[in-house]
Amino acid sequence: MKALMDWIDDRFPLTQMWNEQWGKYYAPKNLNNWYYFGSLSLVVLVLQIITGIFLTMNYKPAAADAFASVEYIMRDVEWGWLIRYLHSTGASAFFLVVYLHMFRAMLYGSYRKPRELLWIFGMVIYLVLMGEAFFGYLLPWGNMSYWGAQVIVSLFGTLPVIGAGLVEWIRGDFYISDITLNRFFALHVIALPLVLVFLVMAHLLALHEVGSNNPDGIEVKKNKGPDGHPLDSIPSHPYYSVKDLMGLAFFLVLFCGVVFFAPELGGLFLEPPNFEPANPMQTPAHIAPVWYFTPFYAMLRAVPAFFGTQVWGVLVMGGAIVLLFFLPWLDRAPVKSIRYRGPVYKVALALFVVVFVVLGYCGLKPAVQPFKTLSVVGTIYYFAFFLLMPWYTRIDSHKPEPQRVTYHAH
Amino acid sequence: MSEHVDKGRRQLLTAATALTGAVGAAFAATPFLASWKPSARAKALGAPVEIDISKLEAGAMLKVEWRGKPVWVVRRTPEMLESLASVDERLADPASEASSQPEYAQNEARAIRPEYLVVLGVCTHLGCAPLSRFTRGDVELGADWPGGFYCPCHGSKFDLSGRVYKGVPAPTNLSIPPYAFVDDNHILVGQDQSRAV
Amino acid sequence: MLIKKIVFAAAMLAPAMALGEAAAHLDHAGTDIHNDASLQRGARNFVNYCLGCHSAQYVRWNRVAADLGIGEAELERNLMFTGGKSYDTIKSAMPRAQATEWFGVAPPDLSLIARSRGTDYIYTFLRTFYADPSRPAGVNNLVLPNTAMPHVLADLQGVQTPRVELVTREGATEEHIVGLTGGSPGTLSGEEYDEFVRDTVNFLDYIGEPVKAKRQSMGVWVVLFLLVFWLFTYLLKKEYWKDIH
Repeated sequence: MKALMDWIDDRFPLTQMWNEQWGKYYAPKNLNNWYYFGSLSLVVLVLQIITGIFLTMNYKPAAADAFASVEYIMRDVEWGWLIRYLHSTGASAFFLVVYLHMFRAMLYGSYRKPRELLWIFGMVIYLVLMGEAFFGYLLPWGNMSYWGAQVIVSLFGTLPVIGAGLVEWIRGDFYISDITLNRFFALHVIALPLVLVFLVMAHLLALHEVGSNNPDGIEVKKNKGPDGHPLDSIPSHPYYSVKDLMGLAFFLVLFCGVVFFAPELGGLFLEPPNFEPANPMQTPAHIAPVWYFTPFYAMLRAVPAFFGTQVWGVLVMGGAIVLLFFLPWLDRAPVKSIRYRGPVYKVALALFVVVFVVLGYCGLKPAVQPFKTLSVVGTIYYFAFFLLMPWYTRIDSHKPEPQRVTYHAH
Repeated sequence: MSEHVDKGRRQLLTAATALTGAVGAAFAATPFLASWKPSARAKALGAPVEIDISKLEAGAMLKVEWRGKPVWVVRRTPEMLESLASVDERLADPASEASSQPEYAQNEARAIRPEYLVVLGVCTHLGCAPLSRFTRGDVELGADWPGGFYCPCHGSKFDLSGRVYKGVPAPTNLSIPPYAFVDDNHILVGQDQSRAV
Repeated sequence: MLIKKIVFAAAMLAPAMALGEAAAHLDHAGTDIHNDASLQRGARNFVNYCLGCHSAQYVRWNRVAADLGIGEAELERNLMFTGGKSYDTIKSAMPRAQATEWFGVAPPDLSLIARSRGTDYIYTFLRTFYADPSRPAGVNNLVLPNTAMPHVLADLQGVQTPRVELVTREGATEEHIVGLTGGSPGTLSGEEYDEFVRDTVNFLDYIGEPVKAKRQSMGVWVVLFLLVFWLFTYLLKKEYWKDIH
């Protein structure tokens, strides 16, 4: 075994790569339960790629066959139902873990210097993931797939001058058709997954270059031991290997619970109208995007049309995502972690979570009261949270950061 | 780090986790591998095919498709059947011992009823479809040709029971699919005689 | 603008659905896909009353037989009136083009109807036909107003008549249907009819996802196995993290 490893290492830096990226990568010892979601995102990505590959073996990306081929997978292909449910549940799980992963960064200031680029890579991953989810959602060719794509593609039509031409270009047709489905399929199964994999590699390389943040938000590299490693850090293997494995096992219990007992999750993961084939002549009675898009969808609807155009709502929705990119520079607090921040940021962040969830709920509901007002209030708060951040994080009080991380053996 | 590490417990737990994980991985891989098996649709499309032989004349051949392969039904004349015994010493596997056929078709005529040969029209060499050359003394195949099948790809020759000649590339006799007589005029290809009604 | 158009189109094209959702109260179907006897009765009801016009094109006969504990011979004798082979999918005898001519719309395929509309919806739909001479088929429906479907179960249920109340809203007087009463009697009692519909809906629920029962029973083992795995990883983590002070 040793001889084989030596033989490989003489020709390929396998041991070196393992040690640098994981084995001897020293991470702070005080990483808590919020730190599972990074590795879980990676696992879900792999799950989606594997199940996706197997789905393409039986799926047919043509308007005439797509819906029937999904039912073929669900009924005629041995175990096809499980592969499909793993993939559909995996899509929602992906966003869930990514949202929690992003929230962790906001809790402990993980996006702050020197991790700005790490955060930006992460945000690009999130953006590509949204595209990936959107293109994938059309593929079952159910009625919700169809009209969801119709609405989202139409958003580009609100852009002045180029709008109408752009929409036709995206669809490659005068309506969402077989042609559109075929190109969305190509983007979903090849183009964006490739980009995602490269971005994830960049994200991990950047992380292992600057080192992990921690719940105390202090730089462990300031206190190094005689061996050159930070005193408060431990090698990822075996310590974080076994910890992440435990997190994975727990995640799989919940995940398989959904897959085997509630794959539709009450219409949240698989919507009832999507069990009807796409019908360009009839919109579902109530149309909403999948839950992970609804906070932004609520913002889109919250903005009224004026000057004879609806482009404002689209700009607000886009702006809501663009703002996240600037987070590292909007936050001016002298400390990173929520533990040492003052009450203003604590309240602001808690409210932000509430608002994000409420917006998500409003986006699922029809545009009637009280959801209309809630959406408007939520949108205003969302933007205020980011745009006023340079001001309120500076005036906020803070507690002194410790010199060493807080860790209690248990 | 710690002074008193319980190495035994650590190894035990590592082994337990690794073993459970390996079993779980095997369980998880099963559905993916099994999804490559013929689906319910493939099985439906590959279901037994019924052939009407009431209009098949003596000495003539009928072709049908079953599971994407040609199946031939030849209604042999008494002269054709007589010729079978005469070629034995020129055949590679006259008793069909190394060849693929259901038990009930492992005889000289390689058939349930000697009059009707049911055979897969797939050369056992590289999968070409042999041609029927039923005329005795065929111009190409020589004066001593008693009638049979000839594969144009690499020149393999078979007798009127689909038995392969010596010295040709094909290693075994043409395969006989499972089949059954539903009644005197109908053959069901793809289902064994014992299971027929 | 485009969004407006789409929403407008939706409002124009789906009035029946939208109204149905808002107007009708749905009764609880109370079906149980683990009840094979009910599913077998439902299958019989389905072939007798639905299959004339509706297909279930993703469902295979032999799958139904295997899942419901019906023998192959019994299947061909009692259920497969329309002929075909046991491994075929369930097709309707009625050609689509002709159906469209007769009813204005082609009767939808029922493979997934329970998943797209829900069991309560179908259960209530099949029980709330009422006499309405203004409709081509002479009946209307509370759940799906102006449905193109005739009351094919009228023999069993009879034809109910609506109880109308006059409601004054914002100065205008409107007729409101507040309930249905049994008009002409059918061959089944009210309870028997509900049971008949429940069995049928149960079968529709089953064909919506034939693997559901197996999926759930398998899920128990999967989750139990993963809990064991989690326990090992938990102990392993605890053990290794004793190193960290």
